[in-house]
Amino acid sequence: MDLSTIIIYGIALALLIVSLVKDRGKTKKAIKKGWMAFIKILPVLIPLFLIVGIVLSLVTPAMIKQVMGEESGIIGVLIGMVIGSVAFMPPFVTFPLGAELLSNGAGYPQVAAFMTTLMAVGLVYWSAETKFFGSKAVILRNSMAFIASGIVAFVVWMVM
Amino acid sequence: MKNEKEILLTLLKSKVFYVALAMLAGLFILDALGLKIGVAAVSGETSLGVSALSSAGFQFVSMLKIVPPIFLMIGLLDIWVPKETMIRFMGEKSGLVGIFIAFFIGAMSAGPLVAAFPVAQIMLKKGARYSNVLFFLSIWASAKLPILFFQATALGVTYTVITNLTLISVYLVGTLLIEKALSPQDKALIYGLAEQA
Repeated sequence: MDLSTIIIYGIALALLIVSLVKDRGKTKKAIKKGWMAFIKILPVLIPLFLIVGIVLSLVTPAMIKQVMGEESGIIGVLIGMVIGSVAFMPPFVTFPLGAELLSNGAGYPQVAAFMTTLMAVGLVYWSAETKFFGSKAVILRNSMAFIASGIVAFVVWMVM
Repeated sequence: MKNEKEILLTLLKSKVFYVALAMLAGLFILDALGLKIGVAAVSGETSLGVSALSSAGFQFVSMLKIVPPIFLMIGLLDIWVPKETMIRFMGEKSGLVGIFIAFFIGAMSAGPLVAAFPVAQIMLKKGARYSNVLFFLSIWASAKLPILFFQATALGVTYTVITNLTLISVYLVGTLLIEKALSPQDKALIYGLAEQA
């Protein structure tokens, strides 16, 4: 377990104790509310993680290295953005892969385009996100994140 | 018992579930045809279908390890923080304070983006401003502190600073633009969904 997880557990536990000291009944209610929020999200999570598993087994780091190594320039940036939007990767895979892409000859803008869309544009999250906020909000958020990634790639291109 | 039934019913009613199952079946068909793509092509993994199921399981379990405190805090927030407080700190007139709080909570978080959705929803339910909630979601997605450290070690401090400063600026403008682009009906729908939660 990494440090941030431990900190979050610590904060939650401290808040729970404060709540318990202040009011037992309210705390019980709060725990129940939290549990219900979790139960409600479960049916959304099951298909989501199935899709994540499917994407993980189809879009591998090796494949990304192949596709991103060859194209540079604006085409390379666009390829990076498209793959980043579709793919899913846990952070501990993402960043070492980014470093590897760089050492394999991909440029910083291309890698930036790929990694920012990978984190912020979540096509695998689409259906889950829609259930929480409606489809229009989801389209707008993902579009903003996609455009933001393009801008990041551009700035990296200019500055680095 | 009632909960389990409800989970099952919602699951069986959701289209993505069937899409996912169909895709999974597709992977097993590829296995049967002996096609070597994806993980099957690189790591000598014998079955695409099995590997998809096992990584789905692995990702699910690693998420379960992170979310209990998040949902506990959602519950505590729901019970202890009155609407007026949320409106004062993150509502329409909260200004820079609201943006700063959204940033702080997003940056301090851990876990996949999907865990941020119920947090965002409870913020909306309590009357937080939409642009602030969207900013919180965006920061959670790309600029969490633990991720920043990881990024800096793997890709360098310059890269990390440039990309994240750019992202934060674009998000600041973008979230306000999106808020402007949404009609009152759109917003009513979003806040209505939150109200039901």
